[in-house]
Amino acid sequence: MNVLRVDLLFQIAGIGIFISVLNIVLKQAGKEEQAQMLTLVGVVIVLLLVLQLVGDLFTNIRVIFNF
Amino acid sequence: MEIAQVVGFGVIAAVIIIFIRQSRPDIAQLLSIAVGIVIVVYLLGYLKLIIDVITDLALEAEINTVFLRTLLRVIGVAYLAEFGAQVCRDAGEGSIAVKIEFAGKLIILVMAIPILIAVLEGIINFIP
Repeated sequence: MNVLRVDLLFQIAGIGIFISVLNIVLKQAGKEEQAQMLTLVGVVIVLLLVLQLVGDLFTNIRVIFNF
Repeated sequence: MEIAQVVGFGVIAAVIIIFIRQSRPDIAQLLSIAVGIVIVVYLLGYLKLIIDVITDLALEAEINTVFLRTLLRVIGVAYLAEFGAQVCRDAGEGSIAVKIEFAGKLIILVMAIPILIAVLEGIINFIP
């Protein structure tokens, strides 16, 4: 039986809050380009996490419905 | 009390997504996709139980395994297509969602062709 992966939820939420705080700090310091890059990096990291999850879903479905 | 787990998870996720959406709408979108996948992956365990029972019943009734496998594959394709279409619709891409649903229907139709041919052959055999 699978477990509900609450850790992933908090991980992504933490990354989101962290990125937004750092973004505010960088914007206050006048470094607009770095803030833009930071946003991009944050989105890519979260996207990697989500992609892993999607791959997990696909392998699970492939096993269960014996494709 | 597994339902309490799922409900709690969903409510916490909704609160966090509302909180994050104010500052980072992009990450909130990804988080909502992730939450959906986590819940579906959790439910796949229960789905596996049901499918095992159905498979056992079909083996006991000595139904042709090809039909059963096609049936399960069709169910899998339908679940996946529905899920993908829902994710796209949440992201505001209704047209892509419609295309995914169309692809699902077409692939299911292609998978069902052997069964259709078997049915037609059965009918033709009945007619002298």
